[in-house]
Amino acid sequence: MKVLVLGATSAIAQAAARIWAARGDDLVLVARSPEKLQAVADDLRTRGGKVETMVHDLNDPVSYPPADVVLLAHGVLHGPDVLQTNLVGPIALLEKIAEVLLPGACIAALSSVSGDRGRAKNAVYGASKAGLDAYLSALRQRLFHKGVRVVTLKPGFVDTPMTAQMQKTPLFSSPAAVGRGIVRAIDGRSDVVYLPWYWRFIMLIVRMIPEPIFKRLSF
Amino acid sequence: MTESWGRYPAAAHVAEFPLAWRSEARIPPVRPVLAYGRGRSYGDSCLNDGGALLRTSGLDRFISFAGGVVRCEAGVTLGEILEFAVPRGYFLPVVPGTKHVSIGGAIANDIHGKNHHRAGTFGRHVRRLELLRSDGSRKELTPGDELFAATVGGLGLTGLITWAEIALRAVPGPAVRSDAVKFAGLDEFFAISDESDAKSEYTVAWLDVLSREHRGIFYRGDHAAGTVKAPRARVTVPIDLRLVNGFTVRAFNAAYYLVQRTGSRLGHYDPFFFPLDAVERWNRLYGKRGFLQFQCVVPGPDSLKTLLDEIVRLGAGSPMTVLKKFGDLKSPGMLSFPRPGFTVAIDISSTEIAAFTRLEEVAVQSGGALYPAKDARMSAATFAKSYPRLDEFRRLLDPAFSSSFWRRVAP
Repeated sequence: MKVLVLGATSAIAQAAARIWAARGDDLVLVARSPEKLQAVADDLRTRGGKVETMVHDLNDPVSYPPADVVLLAHGVLHGPDVLQTNLVGPIALLEKIAEVLLPGACIAALSSVSGDRGRAKNAVYGASKAGLDAYLSALRQRLFHKGVRVVTLKPGFVDTPMTAQMQKTPLFSSPAAVGRGIVRAIDGRSDVVYLPWYWRFIMLIVRMIPEPIFKRLSF
Repeated sequence: MTESWGRYPAAAHVAEFPLAWRSEARIPPVRPVLAYGRGRSYGDSCLNDGGALLRTSGLDRFISFAGGVVRCEAGVTLGEILEFAVPRGYFLPVVPGTKHVSIGGAIANDIHGKNHHRAGTFGRHVRRLELLRSDGSRKELTPGDELFAATVGGLGLTGLITWAEIALRAVPGPAVRSDAVKFAGLDEFFAISDESDAKSEYTVAWLDVLSREHRGIFYRGDHAAGTVKAPRARVTVPIDLRLVNGFTVRAFNAAYYLVQRTGSRLGHYDPFFFPLDAVERWNRLYGKRGFLQFQCVVPGPDSLKTLLDEIVRLGAGSPMTVLKKFGDLKSPGMLSFPRPGFTVAIDISSTEIAAFTRLEEVAVQSGGALYPAKDARMSAATFAKSYPRLDEFRRLLDPAFSSSFWRRVAP
């Protein structure tokens, strides 16, 4: 199996890639920082993967060679570039990638539970992920007849460098657990996957809270 | 709150810096700093009260593997190395009682295992390591370098270990052939220990610590060929339970001695080396206040008997009391703990500090030493007396690094 990993230096992408590497899959890793990409590539090669690397800014939509699986994993939590990095860039990139994928291929993109309902604490991040969810849903419809799957991955809180400044609660998962969930989701048949699974129920409740009440809450 | 494994003493850290990339790792300007791996040191050698921690669990990448030598970042755990190496026909040269320690921690504490009489300490198998100093320099160190000898067993005080190269050993597979023999007293233990050390790679004894005659069970094992099943799923102690007390310890020890099966068996390496890893967060069984571990080495049979008699007299019992004869292979670190003699490890509730202090006296009077990785109480005088290369080590400290342990024993 050939896997294209966009944002290969993200902690969650690394966790999934380690599983593919141990299986002996072919990996094409794309990231912006050459030093970090080298560290990830060395790790995955040592673990048994066949690894190619491409140093690239993912905001710049270029064409990539076709793959069996495309994992889109880059994103940021704060800053002026949230919409560009989490939404505008990925849409341009996936439009290009979708053109070359063959039937049987799978696109899996990391969204977030934050896309399910906007919260004051991370308004722009939530908006970027809600937008990505909508786009992935559309892409799934469009590519269905071509035989290309689109999987929306929605992790909850994950203990990664992105969340380093957040207070850790029992709701946090490890990147390794989320990585296992991603590989399982791609191997399976689901369209929208919550990671871990219980977030589906948490977010169901969060979405059901009536707006007049929700606006008064501060979580 | 960040704790050590014994959850004693408490420490307040002004900041924690998670490290994710060795290429980007810098020593932040906060003083003092200390690397914190997986927090499996029992006492305060991994704590830095009033200072900052550099968390290394994000430095978890392999770098290369060739000819039985693995190079990896300092936050990779021994368990992750075994998971990687065993299917490839290799094993770590030395493993302690838990696989959840990082490579950086294994080096900084120059850990030992059940094969000390054959392999010596972990540090003897480190080929090379990189040390990041607070002046920004990165030093690649090899055995023979003075700073290497300070860093191995150096308790993280010489700088930040970013990666290391470890020589693994070949094994036929995941199986260990082991057997268990009961001994009724110390004389029997000495005889079985000498006989077994000559034959087996791994030897260790469990001691019924409350028995006056010092009875126990001797375990010995060797890597073997054969198909064995990996252990079942682990259980976790979900909350603070405070189940360990005088009564349960007495009951556990008596029952363990009686029901433990003796005789030979072929099994997976995991329960043989890491029986306590089967229960995740077992440290919660001592409750919120935590516990102390007392591990010392004493030079000979007589001093061992004196120490064990004192443990019985104090009633300072613990469920898992471990006894092993160290070999005479030289430890590579200036502050390495293992040295010829007998090592004993017992857990002591943090409410029984007087018992700890008494045992410290007995051990040091006989020319013994306490193990920093387990310690939260020893005095500066004890440390100076039992670590004669202390002054040589001091010159090689990184001035930005310190720990709660260090400020206590080397003020």
